[in-house]
Amino acid sequence: MVVRRGTRKEAERVAAVAAEQLLRIGTSLRTSPTTPDLRAVYRTDQSVNDTPYRERWAHDRVVRSTHGVNCTGSCSWKVYVKDGVITWETQETDYPSVGPDRPEYEPRGCPRGASFSWYTYSPTRVRYPHARGVLLELYREARQRLGDPVAAWAEITGDPDKRLRYQSARGKGGLVRIGWDEALEIAAAAHVHTIAAYGPDRVAGFSPIPAMSMASHAVGARFMSLIGAPMVSFYDWYADLPIASPQVFGDQTDVPESGDWWDAAYLMLWGSNVPVTRTPDAHWMAEARYRGQKVVVVSPDYADATKFADEWLHPHPGTDGAVAMAMGHVILTECFVRRQVPYFVEYVKQFTDLPFLVELDERDGAFVPGKFVTAATLGLEEDDAAAAAWKPVLLDAASGRPVVPHGTLGDRWSKGGLGRWNLDLDGIEPALTFHEAGGTGLPVLMPRFDTPDAVRCGVPVREIGGRKVTTVFDLLLAQYGVARPGLPGDWPADYDDDARPYTPAWQETITSVPAGAVVRAAREFAHTAEQTRGRCMIVMGAGTNHWFHSDTIYRSFLTLLLLTGCQGVNGGGWAHYVGQEKVRPYAGWQQLQSAADWVRPSRQVAGTPYWYLHTDQWRYDGQDTGTLAAPTGGGTFAGRHAADLVAQSMRLGWMPAAPAFTANPLDLGRRVHESGHEPGEWAAAELAAGRLAFACEDPDDPANWPRVLTVWRANLIGSSAKGNEFFLRHLLGASDNARAEEAPDAGRPRDLAWHDEAPRGKLDLLLALDFRMTSTTLMADLVLPAATWYEKHDLSSTDMHPYVHAFSPAINPPWQARTDFEVFHGLATRFSELAIGRLDTAYDLVATPSQHDTPGETAQPGGTPRDWRDGAPPEPGRNLPVFTVVERDYPAVAAKLAAFGPLAEEHGMTVKGITVHPAPEARWLAERCGTVDDGPARGRPRLDTDVKMCEAILALSGTTNGRLAAEGFERLAERCGPGSGFASLAESVRERRVVFSDTQNRPVQVGSSFEWSGKEAPDRRYAPFTVNTEHRKPWHTLTGRQHFYLDHDWMAELGEQLPVYRPPLDQAAVQGSGPVEDDARSVTVRYLTPHSKWSIHSEYQENLLMQTLARGGPVIWMSVADAEAIGVADNDWIEAVNPNGVVTARAVVSHRMPAGTVFMHHVQERLVNVPRTQATGRRGGVHNALTRLLIKPTHLIGGYGQLSFAPNYYGPTGNQRDAVTVIRRRTQHVEY
Amino acid sequence: MPRRTTSVGRCMAQVAMVMNLDKCIGCHTCSVTCKQTWTNRQGTEYAWFNNVETRPGQGYPRGHEDQDKWKGGWRLDGRGRLVPRSGGRARRLARLFANPELPSLDDYYEPWTYDYETLISAPLGEDLPTARPRSLIDGRPTAVTWGPNWDDDLGGGPEHLAGDPVLRRMNDQVALEYEQAFMFYLPRICEHCLNPSCVAVCPSGALYKRIEDGIVLVDQDRCRGWRMCVSGCPYKKVYFNHSTGKAEKCTLCYPRIEAGEPTVCSETCVGRLRYLGVLLYDADKAGEAAAVPDERDLYEAQLDCFLDPDDPEVVRAAEESGIPHDWITAARHSPVRDLITRYRVALPLHPEYRTLPMVWYVPPLSPVVDALTRSGHDGEDPANLFGAIDTLRIPLDYLAGLFTAGDPAPVEAALCRLAAMRAHMRRINLGEERNPDIARGVGMDEHSIEAMYRLLALAKYEERYVIPTGYAVDADRDADPGDGCSLEGHGGPGMYDADAFHAPPVAAAGAPKGGLRDRINLLNWNGRGRPQGLFPPRGDEGGNR
Repeated sequence: MVVRRGTRKEAERVAAVAAEQLLRIGTSLRTSPTTPDLRAVYRTDQSVNDTPYRERWAHDRVVRSTHGVNCTGSCSWKVYVKDGVITWETQETDYPSVGPDRPEYEPRGCPRGASFSWYTYSPTRVRYPHARGVLLELYREARQRLGDPVAAWAEITGDPDKRLRYQSARGKGGLVRIGWDEALEIAAAAHVHTIAAYGPDRVAGFSPIPAMSMASHAVGARFMSLIGAPMVSFYDWYADLPIASPQVFGDQTDVPESGDWWDAAYLMLWGSNVPVTRTPDAHWMAEARYRGQKVVVVSPDYADATKFADEWLHPHPGTDGAVAMAMGHVILTECFVRRQVPYFVEYVKQFTDLPFLVELDERDGAFVPGKFVTAATLGLEEDDAAAAAWKPVLLDAASGRPVVPHGTLGDRWSKGGLGRWNLDLDGIEPALTFHEAGGTGLPVLMPRFDTPDAVRCGVPVREIGGRKVTTVFDLLLAQYGVARPGLPGDWPADYDDDARPYTPAWQETITSVPAGAVVRAAREFAHTAEQTRGRCMIVMGAGTNHWFHSDTIYRSFLTLLLLTGCQGVNGGGWAHYVGQEKVRPYAGWQQLQSAADWVRPSRQVAGTPYWYLHTDQWRYDGQDTGTLAAPTGGGTFAGRHAADLVAQSMRLGWMPAAPAFTANPLDLGRRVHESGHEPGEWAAAELAAGRLAFACEDPDDPANWPRVLTVWRANLIGSSAKGNEFFLRHLLGASDNARAEEAPDAGRPRDLAWHDEAPRGKLDLLLALDFRMTSTTLMADLVLPAATWYEKHDLSSTDMHPYVHAFSPAINPPWQARTDFEVFHGLATRFSELAIGRLDTAYDLVATPSQHDTPGETAQPGGTPRDWRDGAPPEPGRNLPVFTVVERDYPAVAAKLAAFGPLAEEHGMTVKGITVHPAPEARWLAERCGTVDDGPARGRPRLDTDVKMCEAILALSGTTNGRLAAEGFERLAERCGPGSGFASLAESVRERRVVFSDTQNRPVQVGSSFEWSGKEAPDRRYAPFTVNTEHRKPWHTLTGRQHFYLDHDWMAELGEQLPVYRPPLDQAAVQGSGPVEDDARSVTVRYLTPHSKWSIHSEYQENLLMQTLARGGPVIWMSVADAEAIGVADNDWIEAVNPNGVVTARAVVSHRMPAGTVFMHHVQERLVNVPRTQATGRRGGVHNALTRLLIKPTHLIGGYGQLSFAPNYYGPTGNQRDAVTVIRRRTQHVEY
Repeated sequence: MPRRTTSVGRCMAQVAMVMNLDKCIGCHTCSVTCKQTWTNRQGTEYAWFNNVETRPGQGYPRGHEDQDKWKGGWRLDGRGRLVPRSGGRARRLARLFANPELPSLDDYYEPWTYDYETLISAPLGEDLPTARPRSLIDGRPTAVTWGPNWDDDLGGGPEHLAGDPVLRRMNDQVALEYEQAFMFYLPRICEHCLNPSCVAVCPSGALYKRIEDGIVLVDQDRCRGWRMCVSGCPYKKVYFNHSTGKAEKCTLCYPRIEAGEPTVCSETCVGRLRYLGVLLYDADKAGEAAAVPDERDLYEAQLDCFLDPDDPEVVRAAEESGIPHDWITAARHSPVRDLITRYRVALPLHPEYRTLPMVWYVPPLSPVVDALTRSGHDGEDPANLFGAIDTLRIPLDYLAGLFTAGDPAPVEAALCRLAAMRAHMRRINLGEERNPDIARGVGMDEHSIEAMYRLLALAKYEERYVIPTGYAVDADRDADPGDGCSLEGHGGPGMYDADAFHAPPVAAAGAPKGGLRDRINLLNWNGRGRPQGLFPPRGDEGGNR
């Protein structure tokens, strides 16, 4: 029927009039009142059914817990339980108050955390122990035939065919369910066999970010430490460690809590997308703007944070350092040369190394910056010759003489330094510069990396002790191209000079950021700092930190903060939040996780060189490290492979090695023990005689492979494995998509053995504990079902806020899941049983590198390597590791794991060079936890439940136990002298005490402690280095000040003695070759892997709620221009290919992306919606399929002040930002 | 608020919400906590009572603001009277069985899940297991082509974003290009309107607006699933539960509101941008306000409905309506009232729909200085700041298209107040002298600008949420209170029937066996009892242990 529109309308009108009349009649029949216009009727006579929603909301109980995920949230959550089922979660709001005039913490949280309960009953939950079917079959057969678990494991792993069978099945399904007893037996047998056959340093544990669940981390690490297995570091490996922090501050990372953003008057968000990656904290940034804070965002894309910005600077990715150098140029010019801002000048004189003296070395008719001038160089303070080498000097303007100020490293460890390790200038007036009116200077070559040649700039010089000497400040001005009258050299004419570094115009040619914007930002930054005495803050994130040269980028940022007196000030300074979660109760966690209460030292290994060697990524690395050197370098690295430098670093005792030697350390220990020699003396002699060899020089020899790896609280393979396809190929022996070619003959290491056939499948056992399936559990041989964060007791803290709080079980672990605590105790029990008669008591030769914050950091005066292989005498602790023989009672491992050992009381607990003795705490723990009746731990306090473990962590830490904090401050007072004020600080914290039940009730604020550099109090927010600025405590560096200048030989070689701009790596040169076709239908782009809005690394990434709010599977964000160039529309399937691997994903096309750059958000795993690739026909790779490890030589330095190893403190970063890839549209038909 | 001169009509109380978009970080925590609490059930998989949209963008469901297409809300008929845009009652009745103005599942999105089980159960094969997507509607393998948040963070590209109905209605062309990129987030829940069109169009009388607090709800017994409310709501915030066949919508978490607790979306808002409080209004004026001829007058007309709780006449009228003293007190302390009527920084969402919405928004301010300094001005100078509000990165006209039916003046005024607050507070922050001209320039004084700062910046919990506990309308105030504990009555809490005490748990209803429906996942749990599979099997079922 066709109705004419007009007719229909008319019909409707008539009907409406009729209906309205009906309504009026209805109204008159009812008693309910209506509005005068009959729009609404008020009825109270009808009942309504709203019970479904009331019932839905009803619940039995609410349990407080948190999320032990690798984020910095540490938010407190209410977990709702109904009929014994976890239903959902919302945030707690009962945090300690931030202050009356500030926004509070509540209600911290994010959408990821809000979706966590989904995992509890999700189909990806691991409910039972599983084993790789092929392996299990082999094991059961051998076990039955041989009647012995250890013999069975030995046979399977010793038989090349059997190895191949189960290793090549890794990652291809075929997991079968087994019982707990059998699972633990296999795992224990593997550990026992490996220790006996190869040594405990062929076993390893990987579990990152202890703060996110301290007890769960500590229990496993404690087990590893008791058996002598190394724990692999994570912070440097993740590339989250800002290497600049140890370099500049001598501290791993210490940053303001997010509440301190509120105190800032000027906030730069530099490569940090706060709303996405610091979701619970972002409100501070939004709210502080209302207080008049100015916000500047520096980001290549229109990032989420940009919405809040007053200004958005968008340099090309990886060129942020150039922006910062230009800002530094402006600040130096306007605040130090044209005018001297009193606050700035006063600050840098007292708290930085700018006034210290540096010798100039002659080179090619000019000069290059050399070493710090020390008391030893000048023959001052000859009474303590050893310490004199660690006492840099400055010029006292009053007397005109070089003097040793208080507080240098020479005062930290020497007897003579007692009471002198402080920043009191004691009447000295440090001379910042030698420049004077009418004066001149000498030409110095300063490196630059945007052109091949160095820049020649003059610095004012004095002759002191027959040496040509200048100040760090004078060198800094030369480096930044800031001219002063009378100095020779090739200086920029003005800010508009774009040919010479580091002018605003120069940076524009590199970054595309308008010069005027940089000048303005620099001026505003400096003026605000001057006006507020340092309340300018830079929130710096992974966008600037995950680069190969991130240390130079960061040092150029830190320069801005140090020059303007922003560091060690509330509301000022650096705010680096990249994977940094602070274990606030540090001392207790540290003691227990390393089992230092039973055995010392533990084995700790730096992650990046470990994986670099053991996944054979070094074989594909064809780069001559000499190409990284500066034009001012001496050619030290020419022709040397990064693996050569790794090996040198290990043999000099800079970086730790696992395994250390080609022999089993239990055999070596036994020989040392039998010889009656000192271990160091014995090892040095054996090395010199060539009878002892470092394993790092032949990592592909089966004797030197890592054999057993346990991963818990982590997803190593899916998340952090840079060079993922090489992990699959060489470490695991699984299938892979890598197509890179090995380095040609000429590009191979000189000092490492080269096996023509690279090993595949080094690892005998990959053991994974998890509550969900990940790339790691897919690859694992044994998968153990772990309790979730709503199913156990634990502790959480972070750097973003100053409190600790508890995990609590809302339900017990369902199905056959167990807490990590239970799993490791079960493993230890079985291990101890199997150790009887096989391992018994053994002597283990442990090689430890020279460590930061110990006297070992004074191993190599002057920062010049003296390699024993080149003829220098081998000396343990000088140019060799330190050697210790540790007695291990293997059958007693389980008993010791479950009790607090005696060594903490006997030898104290040392944190950052301060030793405290927890005798009262040991007594308290004995009363609180009870003591062990019998066996190896008889009489010791019990640590046999997770609650007791948490209790011990809190009792043994200064932040949660004021008595220990006070003791630590008293020790500091002795070293720093009575003027430090530490005695009164000790009194202010002494009575504070936090026990576990406090943290279960609600988040509890911690107190100030010697463990950290900032002060805690209810009336102030945590800011780092306030202890240093307010108590004049030295930084843990060579000069005791914050360093602009680093004089180690290797730093000079790379031209990085001072902040400098280094561009992203030229991937064409370093990526190596492979069959990657680049054609008209493809684009080559920078491949960045920033953190995702819908996951925390791999966690939540496959969560259905998150996938629904995102795009339902892996995506790559690309610009409109790049998409158009290759004919890609939004949501089209694309492929990213480079020699390292293949990623297949869908495109998200957006104009927020700059052309030439794509984002593949970190970690989009293989687990969900990843089809087979067009390039290889195999499953597409994870985000790290396109990356490969590259080692920066300067990260390998050790034994030199702040440039010394400590776990997660100093070591090469596993950076991945410099990657590039080819992108093309793929067939839209996908197969899974 | 100016004192009223006319007499007060029927005084009603409404629990209303303000969201400060200037603070929204687009994190979607509100969406997730809301979904987890209310709609992760069979039949509502696709429903998000609370969702967050990136603007510009098409939103959820796709292009929901296009009322030419969806016919939601009200319009004025030829005689200037309010009629539902979907037509008069007859037209609606004629379309009961084939409503062309109903968004399809494609407009929302087809919910999906994955073959997660395969990750652990896959037999030994050639390649890595992966969980491929499957439709949650029919269980078949699917390709993900649309979702509830597809254009998050400007995803989709300019062509896609150009489909934003607000953008299309703007006079000036907006360049969707890298250098000019702008975005902000718009969290949306039910507006709990004063003049709800969903209530008006329901043929069954199932939708109602609660007298005591103004919350708009669907009576689950009366609903017959006609879905007129779905098309009638211009915000597309009523959903059809395809499992129960009934309409469902945001309940403003009434079980919590009644207990004086904020809604889940508010309390879990980590941007701390939501405010809840009581507004008193004159119900007799609402119809008139919704029918003002010029849609640009709707904002002021709605403001005019709100009553001043400090006005004795209003208090009298409120008491007459049975509004308890605590509610009147709460209205005086209402942060929502402050932001809407005192500081005038909060604005209604799409007043042109004529529903008189009660979730209002503070428009997003930033960034201003960027535009200023590009044009060579000193962005820190307040004088420049106000002159340049119209050079915002976020086009003023776009915001006006959302909040003021296209009139830029109220948006500009609100943004100027925010900018003035920043300028005023910056001087204090930097230790400079206060400059009263800044506040005066935006029609405020120092005290009120600092009070506004306190509410927006410090935003303490008990100042964000001022919610009196629930009360019974028309409760017989003279009834005998009894002489015992209020819980002791028959059927009172904790008073069980002997039989019920030992009754077995209620089994999950409505979960068909087999296929995807059988999987263990809270999506098909109705919140009652112990659904099968949620727990480890008892006894021998557990197998190897």
